[in-house]
Amino acid sequence: MAKLSIEDLKNLRDTMYRKMTNEENPKIIVHMGTCGIASGAQEIYDTIVRELTQEKINVTLKTSGCAGLCSREPMITIQLPGKAPVKYADLNPKKVIKILNQHIRNGVPVADYALAIGSETTY
Amino acid sequence: MGSKRTTIYVCMGTSCDARKSRRLQEAFSRALKDKGLHDEIDVSATSCLGYCDEGPNILIEPENLMYHNLNEEDVPFFIEEHFIKGNRLENYILAPGNGELKIPDMTDINFFKHQRLVVLRNRGRLEPDSIDEYIAMDGYAALSKVLEEYTPESIIVEIIDSGLRGRGGAGFPTGRKWQICRNAPGNEKYIVCNADEGDPGAFMDRSILESDPHAVIEGMIIGARAIGANQGFVYIRDEYPLAVQRIKKAIQQAEDYGLLGDHILGSDFSFTLKIVRGAGAFVCGEETALLASIEGKVGRPRQRPPFPVIKGLWRKPTNINNVETWANVPHIIRNGAKWFSNIGTAKSKGTKIFSLVGKVTNTGLVEVPMGITLREVIFDIGAGIPGDKKFKAVQIGGPSGGCLPDKMLDIPIDYDQLVQAGAMMGSGGLIVMDETTCMVDLAKYFTKFLYEESCGKCWSCREGLRRMLEILTKITEGKAKEEDLDTLRDLAEMTKYASMCGLGQTAANPVLSTLKYFEKEYILHVRYKRCPAKVCKALINFYVIPERCTGCMRCVAACPTGAITGPRSEPHNIDQSKCIKCRACYEICKFNAIEDVIVDAIVIK
Repeated sequence: MAKLSIEDLKNLRDTMYRKMTNEENPKIIVHMGTCGIASGAQEIYDTIVRELTQEKINVTLKTSGCAGLCSREPMITIQLPGKAPVKYADLNPKKVIKILNQHIRNGVPVADYALAIGSETTY
Repeated sequence: MGSKRTTIYVCMGTSCDARKSRRLQEAFSRALKDKGLHDEIDVSATSCLGYCDEGPNILIEPENLMYHNLNEEDVPFFIEEHFIKGNRLENYILAPGNGELKIPDMTDINFFKHQRLVVLRNRGRLEPDSIDEYIAMDGYAALSKVLEEYTPESIIVEIIDSGLRGRGGAGFPTGRKWQICRNAPGNEKYIVCNADEGDPGAFMDRSILESDPHAVIEGMIIGARAIGANQGFVYIRDEYPLAVQRIKKAIQQAEDYGLLGDHILGSDFSFTLKIVRGAGAFVCGEETALLASIEGKVGRPRQRPPFPVIKGLWRKPTNINNVETWANVPHIIRNGAKWFSNIGTAKSKGTKIFSLVGKVTNTGLVEVPMGITLREVIFDIGAGIPGDKKFKAVQIGGPSGGCLPDKMLDIPIDYDQLVQAGAMMGSGGLIVMDETTCMVDLAKYFTKFLYEESCGKCWSCREGLRRMLEILTKITEGKAKEEDLDTLRDLAEMTKYASMCGLGQTAANPVLSTLKYFEKEYILHVRYKRCPAKVCKALINFYVIPERCTGCMRCVAACPTGAITGPRSEPHNIDQSKCIKCRACYEICKFNAIEDVIVDAIVIK
């Protein structure tokens, strides 16, 4: 990787920002801090990978650190293009499969498993 | 929701409640029972469905139908038509629910609502292993700004003006520390990130490193530029494998992009960052012990002064800040000192991250503005104590901090106010305790932890903690005399005044703060040989109170040793010779029929 100049950094920022905010595919984030992993986030991640591969659905699958509410892990966040992100808590593989079917495929969030919609207040 | 095929959600928002939705819910329950449908259809309350004008509203799931303007008189007819005959009642249908209606907004959930994310702003959003995503979120923009617009001196002025104070414990002003280090004689200088987070129950720094490692790196590069250091170290405990892995990868990525190494972003500034993994000794969180450990020596504190900012690593000026402090730096540079100093109280600026754990409903990582009260953190964000138990105390600041009772919960979170209350900010552990926690037992636990972790250099800390632990053990076993409490207090004061390092000086805090706020509980143990929280096994004997016992057999089934016997519907009996005092019967009894003795009867002046 070439070393960046200040100008390169700014360009990279703009490109990446555009890419992240204009995601065409649904985005799934599995929260994998130590707390998440300890409560089974890896199993959730593996389930999602398995289901998506079988069903051949295009999704951007990512991981992140702790989402903050450790007592409700494992958690995932799903964001459909142009929609507010929805956070799900207290998950297990069975619930995840239902969420994939209903939210990713049909675009309807599973209200029973959802913790909240939207993002946190920053700054 | 369980296994029932349908749920009727009755809106209990303020508006629907005012239109008697509670009666509507009762009417549904009654009517379903009358029709024999209560095993199939559930009735449940829900928060505001959003159509207050048309209330009271109900939502039927999984059909996803909303009905409005229902009166309790309509209910039997409604059930007959909708559930038995299967007719939709078009007149009442408000709209098909869109499924999202029931999902609350993040900003409506107490846990998230009261938080203000600065350091943690990227949590749950960014792939920690992707430097590109960090850059997309204005990552390393503060570094560019510093290289283009700031001199080292003006960076320091900015940090001083922001009012940022060290987040690791004592709260020394960060900018001033940098300034002293910059002005210290010598050309070779070092900076260190203290990621040796050792307090039981604390995980703020681990979580920052796991979620947003680049923020720490960026803060360190800016600090190095200000101080004039070309080499930095991240001292991280090896018990944090995921954090180690992520910071390692992040450093590698930053090097690949030329953000670390020679001529950062094409400038004349060079800085390299190395990871040093600690073996997890609590004492290595103390700065001079940490430096010794980096040098490859035994991790033991040394006398200060000279302070590390004058003589640190290899006797060169060394600036040490903890993870959270470094992670604050890019935000201050990007948004300005003024923005930062507008958050918080007069002398404590910005936000503070706490790991909220223990007997509290929502456990997790919370970032709040300084000045918020402990009560707001525990009862609003944490949603209070689970299981109808009463709040007893909160331990703030780790083992070196103190336990504060209910009456202290309204003090604002602020470095100076907490010290005044006999606790300290510490690095941000908040352990909530309910009425089932024995404060003597708790003091014993922390004293044992500190006794085991004491480096042994100072006699006062080494022997003081050992003797305190002995006395606390005696108290919990019911073998202590009243004069032991005076000895305990003397020992604690002595340890505080005679120990050299910060850890030794605060090692008596668990004892001192519990003695200060929970002295009655000590006296109950010592004078009356009772443990009101029913924790100290030597001091409890469980009995069945015959007048309250309904003979339901729940405790008989729960008892692991078969100590409880009794025919159903008659008061049970506990065989004291078999009882191991595990509390299982006490916890499970619904009628408060299992008791120790009536502690309330003992009145202490």
